[in-house]
Amino acid sequence: MTIFIPTPLRTFTAGKDAVEVNAATIAGALDELILAYPGLRKHLFTSEGKVRAFVNIYLNDEDVRYLPAKEATEVSPADTLSIIPSIAGGCQPR
Amino acid sequence: MTAATLPTELPELTQDDLSRYSRHLILPEVGVEGQRKLKAARVLCVGTGGLGSPLALYLAAAGVGTLGLVDFDVVDASNLQRQIIHSTADIGRKKLDSAEEKLKALNPALNVVKHDTLLSSANALDILKDYDVVADGTDNFPTRYLVNDACVLLGKPNAYGSIFRFEGQASVFGAKDGPCYRCLYPEPPPPGLVPSCAEGGVLGILPGLIGVIQATEAIKLILGVGKPLIGRLLLVDALKMRFRELRLRKNPECPVCGTHPTVTQLIDYQQFCGLESASDVPKAVKNGIPQLSVKDLKRRMDAGENLFILDVREPFEYQIANIGGKLIPQNEVPQRIGEIDRSQEIIVHCKAGGRSQRIAEFLKQSGYPNVTNLAGGILAWSDEVDPAVPKY
Repeated sequence: MTIFIPTPLRTFTAGKDAVEVNAATIAGALDELILAYPGLRKHLFTSEGKVRAFVNIYLNDEDVRYLPAKEATEVSPADTLSIIPSIAGGCQPR
Repeated sequence: MTAATLPTELPELTQDDLSRYSRHLILPEVGVEGQRKLKAARVLCVGTGGLGSPLALYLAAAGVGTLGLVDFDVVDASNLQRQIIHSTADIGRKKLDSAEEKLKALNPALNVVKHDTLLSSANALDILKDYDVVADGTDNFPTRYLVNDACVLLGKPNAYGSIFRFEGQASVFGAKDGPCYRCLYPEPPPPGLVPSCAEGGVLGILPGLIGVIQATEAIKLILGVGKPLIGRLLLVDALKMRFRELRLRKNPECPVCGTHPTVTQLIDYQQFCGLESASDVPKAVKNGIPQLSVKDLKRRMDAGENLFILDVREPFEYQIANIGGKLIPQNEVPQRIGEIDRSQEIIVHCKAGGRSQRIAEFLKQSGYPNVTNLAGGILAWSDEVDPAVPKY
């Protein structure tokens, strides 16, 4: 399945905006992603292994937090995961 | 469904209005009654920069009766790559004055209310209460959370837009039964983790795209037509010209808009976002890291001290301006830590002092006994020591 990588995190995926992984669940897919690009870990997960609160993970167009099985939800190859971090868009240097 | 509450007595349209807005009047979705709603409407534009420029211009063109503008900043040359409401002749001028002038030139009947202030917990409720719709075009996390919370507490819809490099987001927060910004992002990112435009850069056209989407949403809310972006997050990738939509749910446990809210007053947003408040006197030590002023660094350099200056910016920034430091971009520091001499005092610097503070804290945690942060970064160096060093 495809995981879409947002701009602020592409430095950790060697510039790739989408990564292909093989996994059975959302959690599995994220684990594969971190295995391939370990630099992502601290940006996506807390030290306890929970997804950080300013990052949202979407399975297709649904927020994973609101899926009944959350990260344990099964995925198919046609599904996509999107990582949506908060951006403030600002142009103030100070 | 009207998502914005307007006065029950709508103002009449003048002869000028009828000719100016003829293209609106012949649209079934607007008509005379819709145009009267626009005339009665009061929209607050928070920020008259990249997003605020197209937003305010299009709202003025559409015949919104009152536009409030909040901005305390001054026009700078680097703004003109995207802040199209300002012009070259306005450099050095207050953005509020420049914006007001262009808006009134476009639409002399427009009532412009200037709020020449930094929006804060002390004044936000007072300023926002007189408006029907708020359009958030600000550039930092504390203000985003402040505007969000104030809108929810006051029951005002918030046409939200934000940008980064070439990606944008847009939605409508704070509508009745709709989610708010905190439903999407309960917590802000730690400071320094998400760069601002000044550090990350931004494609000039991008706030144009997103700002007009915000204006569109504001107008739809006023007219009560179409399907606003309530509960929907629009994602724009300008490089691919791809528009995607994600579903946003109202979080029943949201501390501000949920069923049992715990935030019923505005809080200290600087603290919430992990930043010092602007009123603090510059501290000599921050999070255990001594702060060095640029003047003191210059003094020590002139005295011939052997200094290890670590520059944690990106290569393209180093090319624009540098003070001869050793360049290790912030994301490479962990792998290249062997190049940083543990026995010396490490003076870390970046553009403005934010990234370098984070890296200094990281080095300290990694066991470096002597780490200092250059307060204000290379910008302060240019301001206070050597104006020949370019600012960017």
